[in-house]
Amino acid sequence: MTQQMDSTIQAEIQGLAERYDQEGLQGLSELIAERINRQQATGNSIYLLTTFTLQPLVGNLDRWPKNASINNDWIEFQLEINEQTSETHVARAKIFRLPGKYGLLVGRDIHQLTEAKRRIIQALTWGLAIMVMLAFLGGIVLSRRTVRKIERINQTTQSIMSGDLSRRVPVTDRNDDFDQVADNLNQMLDRIQMLMEDIRRVSDNIAHDLRTPLARLRQHLEEARLEEDPSSKSAMNLEQSIKEADSLLGTFNALLRIARIEAGQVRAGFGDVDFHSLLEDIVEFYEPLIEEKNQTLETTIDANIVSQGDRDLLFQAFANVLENAIKYTPDKGNLSVSLIRLNTELVITIADNGPGIPASERDKVFRRFYRLDQSRSSSGNGLGLSMVSAVVSLHNGSIDLEDNIPGLRTIIRLPMMKKKA
Amino acid sequence: MRVLIIEDDEATAAYIHKGLLEGGHSADTATQGDHGLTMASNDNYHALIVDRMLPVLDGLTLISKLREAGNQTPVLILSALGDVDDRVEGLKAGGDDYLTKPFAFSELLARLEALARRFSAEAQETVLTAGDLVMDLLGREVKRGATVIDLQPREFRLLEYLMRHSNQVVTRTMLLENVWDYNFDPQTNVIDVHISRLRGKIDKHFDTPMLNTVRGAGYILRATKA
Repeated sequence: MTQQMDSTIQAEIQGLAERYDQEGLQGLSELIAERINRQQATGNSIYLLTTFTLQPLVGNLDRWPKNASINNDWIEFQLEINEQTSETHVARAKIFRLPGKYGLLVGRDIHQLTEAKRRIIQALTWGLAIMVMLAFLGGIVLSRRTVRKIERINQTTQSIMSGDLSRRVPVTDRNDDFDQVADNLNQMLDRIQMLMEDIRRVSDNIAHDLRTPLARLRQHLEEARLEEDPSSKSAMNLEQSIKEADSLLGTFNALLRIARIEAGQVRAGFGDVDFHSLLEDIVEFYEPLIEEKNQTLETTIDANIVSQGDRDLLFQAFANVLENAIKYTPDKGNLSVSLIRLNTELVITIADNGPGIPASERDKVFRRFYRLDQSRSSSGNGLGLSMVSAVVSLHNGSIDLEDNIPGLRTIIRLPMMKKKA
Repeated sequence: MRVLIIEDDEATAAYIHKGLLEGGHSADTATQGDHGLTMASNDNYHALIVDRMLPVLDGLTLISKLREAGNQTPVLILSALGDVDDRVEGLKAGGDDYLTKPFAFSELLARLEALARRFSAEAQETVLTAGDLVMDLLGREVKRGATVIDLQPREFRLLEYLMRHSNQVVTRTMLLENVWDYNFDPQTNVIDVHISRLRGKIDKHFDTPMLNTVRGAGYILRATKA
């Protein structure tokens, strides 16, 4: 725009210079005056013709601008528009020396031009800012949507991992990439669920197929025993055989039960559990046994702790741990049971000052049928702690075995769970 | 006691049948769910033994149908599945007790008698008597003859259960479920220790012991009719 203006000014000066050449100072003055008159309405052209000493002769500028050189040059200067408000505009002009040393200045008030430029730049800046903002907002919205979709998939997979195999990732009808991922996930889950059901069916069948003959065996033994004289030797043998059959069945049931708990198939038993009274009940239940071994038991059980869980399974788990503590701690030993709430976590600690478990063995004791060398001779089926571990993970908790110096400290942490709405 | 056995495994049905007859009870057998439902609806049994898995009509549906029709005959559910879930489901469907196969016949009989008795003795008693044992449920006081026996709360509940089922075998699992109210499986002989403590309190200074152990089955509180 400036270039275009400059060439107009240049052309104008050329014209004026030619007029001067042809008609002299008089002709030039007339032409300038005529031009000033003609453009009065719009009024952004500036003309000034001066003497050699820069005294104004004709023009709509009352004096030669300060600081302006007198060479043929482009200048920019402040143009006074209104004396009262001292409002000024920027003007751009070209200075031309006419032959005879007259000074000619032709210019334009470029206020509108700079204003327009400013506006354009402003508009461009705002436009850009808005564009960036829109892009940013759009990005947030899009990524939020994406994150939400991923979150939904995440939630579903989490609840599936915690055992609820019937859940599926929601699929929309947009059929985008996420839907395809969800669809594939769902197909995979269908397949897993089918396999799990197969396994369950197989284990149920094994349970049924092996337990039924065992049960018959037990029945026959029982019938045979009833026919014997209770004090006879064969009655005692039969009694012993029944006990063996019972322990075999017990082991079998425990195995199946652990498998079911680990597969997360027993959640229907979940309800509000008052952990305070649960632990009080366990302590009370084992108290005679502790007394019989002259052991002491210290309890610190916080009141008012209610969380979701399966009370029978939790009772079984805590009972197994306490039972082990009683069993393996020698007479006159010390035991302790504590329940505290730490923020959103329940911490149940059962400790003793018995022989403890060597650090290298601590992970292994949760394996099925694993028994420490020194405990092989004592009763038990080697499934007690496997059961504990299964129950604890069913409740999304964790279990740690630590050295109680001396003895064993079992720490079970369970997250507080609120009832699902 | 008249009992209806609804069980498709003939060996098990025969075993239960035989045991019941030997115990002085009478029993009928149905091997299909629908037949069982008809028989239970048309006749007046003291108790039903229902297998969970039955041909034509499964055990749980059978019980629900029976309950919907207003039939309140006590039901003992038998099942080869023995997990908490199954138990909860069974009791929700309207069963009164749940027993997992394989079971000792003594356990079945003990539970059946407990069920039948619970339903016949509907009136709320405030005083229980068994032989010369008297339990005042309101005053929380127990006497044997003229001697007051001091019991802990749990011992009181244990004795109460034994007295309500006097002259009847109660098993360890029955005690766990009814006195301690937990369904679980202790690895040790804790129940025996509890019983021997109670025995120490009620039998120690008396000539005739009332609380006896039944080998391979459980315990019995023997009360000679005064």
